[in-house]
Amino acid sequence: MSNQEEVMEGSHAVAHAIKGADPEVIAAYPITPQTHIVEKLSQFVADGELDSEYVKVESEFSAMSSCVGSSATGARTYTATSSQGLLLMNEVLYNASGLRLPIVMGVANRALGAPINIWNDHSDSIGVRDAGWIQLYAETNQEALDMSIQAYEIAENQDVMLPTMVCMDGYILTHTYEPVSIPEREEIQDFLSPYEPEHKLDPENPETFGTVGFPRDYTEFRYQQFDAMDNATDVIKQVFDEYSDKFGREQRGLIEEYRTEDADIVLISLGSIMGVVKETVDSLREEGKKIGAIKVRAFRPSPAQELIEAIKGSDVIAVLDKNVSIGKKGALFTELKDELYSSDVNPLAKNFIVGLGGRDVPEDSVKKIAKKAEKAKEHGRVKKEIEFIDLKEVYDND
Amino acid sequence: MTRLEKKERFTSGHRACGGCGLALGARLAMKAVDDNSIATCATGCLEVTSSPYPQSSWKIPWLHSLFENSAAVAGGVEAALRAKGKQDINVVAQGGDGGTVDIGMRSLSGMLERGHDVAYICYDNEAYMNTGIQRSGSTPMNASTTTSPAGEESFGNENRKKNALKIAAAHNIPYVASASVAYPDDLIEKVKKANEINGPTYVQIHTPCPTGWGHEGDITVKLARLAVETGLWVLYEREEGEIKDVKKIKDRKPVEEYLKPQKRFKHLFKKEGGEERIQEIQEIADSNAEKFHLDEE
Amino acid sequence: MPNFASIAKPGTTENYKTGSWRVYVPVLDKDKCIGCERCWEFCPDSSKIEEEYEGDTIFRTDLDYCKGCGICAEECPVDALEMELEEK
Repeated sequence: MSNQEEVMEGSHAVAHAIKGADPEVIAAYPITPQTHIVEKLSQFVADGELDSEYVKVESEFSAMSSCVGSSATGARTYTATSSQGLLLMNEVLYNASGLRLPIVMGVANRALGAPINIWNDHSDSIGVRDAGWIQLYAETNQEALDMSIQAYEIAENQDVMLPTMVCMDGYILTHTYEPVSIPEREEIQDFLSPYEPEHKLDPENPETFGTVGFPRDYTEFRYQQFDAMDNATDVIKQVFDEYSDKFGREQRGLIEEYRTEDADIVLISLGSIMGVVKETVDSLREEGKKIGAIKVRAFRPSPAQELIEAIKGSDVIAVLDKNVSIGKKGALFTELKDELYSSDVNPLAKNFIVGLGGRDVPEDSVKKIAKKAEKAKEHGRVKKEIEFIDLKEVYDND
Repeated sequence: MTRLEKKERFTSGHRACGGCGLALGARLAMKAVDDNSIATCATGCLEVTSSPYPQSSWKIPWLHSLFENSAAVAGGVEAALRAKGKQDINVVAQGGDGGTVDIGMRSLSGMLERGHDVAYICYDNEAYMNTGIQRSGSTPMNASTTTSPAGEESFGNENRKKNALKIAAAHNIPYVASASVAYPDDLIEKVKKANEINGPTYVQIHTPCPTGWGHEGDITVKLARLAVETGLWVLYEREEGEIKDVKKIKDRKPVEEYLKPQKRFKHLFKKEGGEERIQEIQEIADSNAEKFHLDEE
Repeated sequence: MPNFASIAKPGTTENYKTGSWRVYVPVLDKDKCIGCERCWEFCPDSSKIEEEYEGDTIFRTDLDYCKGCGICAEECPVDALEMELEEK
């Protein structure tokens, strides 16, 4: 494909993708830094460029609730949120997944209060990782745009039927101008299968949704969700492949390897931070270090099996988490390590907490991480499993 | 031939208690809804007793999502129908008093304010019955519940019943009405009207609860009628902001007649100081009578 | 295996006979019944069935679902219904 590239901010890139996916209903509530996505969509509707019912709800709670009603009625549905808004939706997130509604939601990743903070980290979406949603993470605006289209094809697959979040870093992507290639509406429509759910609210076939699940059946419903998420692994790969083939951008697999072929040390993370991580790998490679990186594109379903394959032969893995479970560690780290236990891959593993609440992660910080990983390799052991990078001395506030 | 709509869209076999006012209310409301309708329902007695998987008491498409979002879910359903050009399908949202006037108030307010073409029905049994009779914002003054129990230092619920009908009306919606299971014709007519009117409408149905109010199941309808005949539950409609069609009361009864058969008010007849509390309730009825010109000459 | 999203078919609680809950049963004096339908209107369990009796309309109780609450007997304007302890 040779679509003209246009320079625009990430939020608008996503809005263009959604316009092409043509949802019948959008229900959203504004929250920084998601606002530009929904403002742009509102403008598309106002200008007649997008024929969606836009429900201007009074809260994120009602945004997701209206999405549940709309999706259950058989309409393709979109919303977007961030941070506190995502948490306010929490109860409805589980419901949307349990009702098996393929809603697509953009998440402009932002830290959680207190203290209140509008800048980027992944505490919000990681915090709802158990809600039964597929979670895709974008590195670039282009990827956020593409994933917003791919998400519908994944979510609405009959073997999946799970809601899907497309996570993009707040400000770093949402408010940053980059050139993006926007597929034509016809191309997007041609790529997406029509949404025709087997079950929907329909007076012609008046079924009852949202019944009481007794102990006799509840486990089976959960198992079916679990199974569907498992199916999503193959469906995601297939959709990514089809998309890459059609649009000529290589975005295959739940993870993406970067110069890992002979790497002793592998840096692993997700989201926009991969830009600086890859640059750091390049400059350390120039110094002769055998280092590589892995980007995680899908956090749910778990990318662990692909990760294990990719880190075979490495000595140390360093996982960079923009989130931390207070009292435990970063989510990507703990989940990956969990999978390693029952595999025959057994590198040293270190967890680095970075970029919380919008703290910049410059190349120097990533180099520091690489150095610590190297040290672990030299010593043949990990002294401290979790480290907060660039942590200031704790000081009195006087 | 029966006088009222014969078709049952809320069927037998539901697990509501014997003499349940809520089940009666839902059954009658569903007579006012045609088959070309979609219903949502909040978590609560109605939902739990009518949808034990794999069974359902509903004959129209029905969706339960959560406790506090029936109105927002219905708004989403209606938006989807608009997007599909199927505005001919009616959308009915349902909830109990807790799911409506307390935890669901935000989503109800949003749905009403945005002008969705949804008829909202609140089944008001005046407490959280499904969880074991805890006080809600719709519990009347001096009623004993499990979280506002009467005791040595307490006459039960300290606050006056929230006026959700007035709150709904404050959204400038075309139609608001109160109804009672003791007046089926009136109830059905009001729900029908709420459905037919284009735009958001709100109907609150008074539904006695034998378990929560502490009365025998056989007097459910009788109590609902007494609430109206004492002036404690006023039947009226508000169309385009104007109060209309108030049900007048001939020989308004003293509130004792309504209170006495209910265990939730038993303490008022036993405890010292109870008389003043009954008087307090009488004053509520009297003020209703004055406001709505209830008394028929 | 249950269906994937806990979806139920309409009106299927009719497969569950709540009549077994009953302690008292409404007994109808068919000759007294005037077929006014009040018992049918007020039944929370839709368990009154219209039928012909000697050329007139009466409402009998559907014992499959009647929970024996007694609203029908209480509301009957001609006292045609009596609640009696049910022999089981």
